[in-house]
Amino acid sequence: MHGLSTFEPKNGAVKWLEARLPILSFAHSSFVAYPTPKNLNYWWTFGAILSFMLIAQIITGVVLTMHYTPEATLAFSSVEKIMRDVNWGWLFRYAHANGASMFFLAVYIHMFRGLYYGSYKNPREVLWILGVIIFLLMMATGFMGYVLVWGQMSFWGATVITNLFSAIPIFGNEITTWLWGGFSVDNPTLNRFFALHYLLPFVIFAVVGLHVWALHVTGQNNPDGVEIKDVEKDCVPFTPHATMKDGLGVTVFLLVYCWFIFYVPNYLGDADNYIPANPLKTPPHIVPEWYFLPYYAILRAIPDKLMGVIAMFAAIAVLAFLPWLDKSPVRSAKYRPMYKALFWAFVVVSIGLGYCGAMPAAEPYVTVSRVLSVLYFGFFALLPFLPRWEKTLPVPATIAEAVLAKSGVKAEPPKPEPVKAAPAKAPTKSTRLWK
Amino acid sequence: MTFKTLTKTLGLAAAVAGLTAVASPAARASEQEGPTPTRQEWTFAGPFGTYDRAQLQRGFKIYKEVCSNCHELRIPIRTLGQPGGPELPEDQVKALAASYTIKDGPNASGDMFDRPGRPSDYFPPPFPNPEAAATALGAAPPDMSLVAKARKYERGFPKFIFDALPVPGGMYQELGPDYIYALLHGYEKDEDPNWNAYFPGHKIAMGKPLVDGQVEYTDGTPATLDQYAKDVASFLYWASEPTLEQRKRIGFRVMAFLLILAGLMYFTKKKIWSGVAH
Repeated sequence: MHGLSTFEPKNGAVKWLEARLPILSFAHSSFVAYPTPKNLNYWWTFGAILSFMLIAQIITGVVLTMHYTPEATLAFSSVEKIMRDVNWGWLFRYAHANGASMFFLAVYIHMFRGLYYGSYKNPREVLWILGVIIFLLMMATGFMGYVLVWGQMSFWGATVITNLFSAIPIFGNEITTWLWGGFSVDNPTLNRFFALHYLLPFVIFAVVGLHVWALHVTGQNNPDGVEIKDVEKDCVPFTPHATMKDGLGVTVFLLVYCWFIFYVPNYLGDADNYIPANPLKTPPHIVPEWYFLPYYAILRAIPDKLMGVIAMFAAIAVLAFLPWLDKSPVRSAKYRPMYKALFWAFVVVSIGLGYCGAMPAAEPYVTVSRVLSVLYFGFFALLPFLPRWEKTLPVPATIAEAVLAKSGVKAEPPKPEPVKAAPAKAPTKSTRLWK
Repeated sequence: MTFKTLTKTLGLAAAVAGLTAVASPAARASEQEGPTPTRQEWTFAGPFGTYDRAQLQRGFKIYKEVCSNCHELRIPIRTLGQPGGPELPEDQVKALAASYTIKDGPNASGDMFDRPGRPSDYFPPPFPNPEAAATALGAAPPDMSLVAKARKYERGFPKFIFDALPVPGGMYQELGPDYIYALLHGYEKDEDPNWNAYFPGHKIAMGKPLVDGQVEYTDGTPATLDQYAKDVASFLYWASEPTLEQRKRIGFRVMAFLLILAGLMYFTKKKIWSGVAH
């Protein structure tokens, strides 16, 4: 997607570098000249918000690592030492712990946005699947990070989740023992979780690189779900338009994030995790962090352990098949009345599952979780058949047309055409988007 | 369009299912039997909350005279003199530290020895290990350094949502102190000193620890159980969250900065996009 690149180095040193490693022109074409659909709304700023969160988590995490001790008898007190004695330690730890929640909040919004506007459809299947992989990696990283605190909920959460692998037929117990590095969750488990918790964010970083690469090959989807036809009419350059809008999105998101860090830092955490891990005392309710609750509800909804585990993983894996399950030629839910209704039902079902996951495994929550689990998978099962019944609304031919329809015809003529926003120096280059 | 109605019904059914789950009191009642603690007024609550130094000092007196006989408090003695806490004068902290006997060593000849405490020492535990405590008392009393953050009670829907929000009555972080305050009032059965209205299951190993007039106050504060409960709960919250004042002070500046920045960015963004129909 280098259609609008006008990068012409004048500085001698830049020219020298360009001839050897064209990284500056690459950055320029990706983040400055990159054509961005005009009609993007603020739900599209969550990509930038997520990039910010990933970097924030890595920086706070690296600093915390400098003060943390990954050893079963010392881990909990080393965290307390960070909170009490390390300069700004409380800030780093609260920022990191709440940062995980904010990361998941943003990723769920980002995923629902993709779902609503059909961002997973041809030609963005690989982009979407890379996103599902990032989500899985985030879940693994979040889970292992929570264990490192070595409080009661860390320990018992780790016990419950690693025990899931014992449901695997024949080799289940051997696999679980191998994961633990012993016969229960203990110091070897903590050590390997620490190593992996440090490693996985960099794996996420790499997959995010692929995700952005894939995005820049296909171009961004947009609220109207029509492809870019004419860069001049449909797009604005990434900088300053998207840069500024993303900056505003990140700042507003930071307000929410900082509210949690500075004013309600323990709201999202479990009080039991301020009690040091005690293998001899099981807490009355073992509850994972809020961002795992819908999947936890699906796990518990099924009486059979193995089937429960399969259903839980299937609930995530099914997302990867979405591009082929949804057969409608129309992308955006804006023009799909039935899909729109189904989408909102799916949102309600997901939140309902989350609520059930937080509740004790008793009635009526068990029955409700079962109904909601069926509805959760029902959403995906219905998608292939939807085009048979759905009467879609007329889709605008181009982004420019959609924008015109929205802002009214009179808005366009008096203003100078936004072509002015596109670089004036290279008008000949840009009629085709990707070469 | 029968399918449209079907999807709507599905959505509605899901919403209703969610709401009944949320509204159903049955399961929660069995989980949380007995009364729930009531929310108290705390000086350290709210966006500008700070600790009341005199209250923390009174709370420390209760800890020292009553709680410390059974409970460990795993924090350094020096913290009593640090900013944002009870802020005892330096000489008092030194004298207090010296009043404790600390086991140290080994020395050059390999022997353990006793020495007077220093401010950098931790408060010595009342028992050498939890097993010894359990043998003496029947159950090992928990360390009190984090107890005010490690206790909570169920708030239920929709209260738990407002607890997080910057609205009047929201920003509720003091569930732990409220629980401790309630617990100290919960010994309602004279015939059973181990029965507590607020303790899960009602059977608590700790017998009624505080009664009116038990600890002498020199600053004219009424020496009542209610006052003790408030003071010790405040002290324990400080022990678990000693950086609270710094956190809220910095938080205000950060939020103010971000609000101004967001405003500036909003207008800049508006200007940049003003020539573009979107």
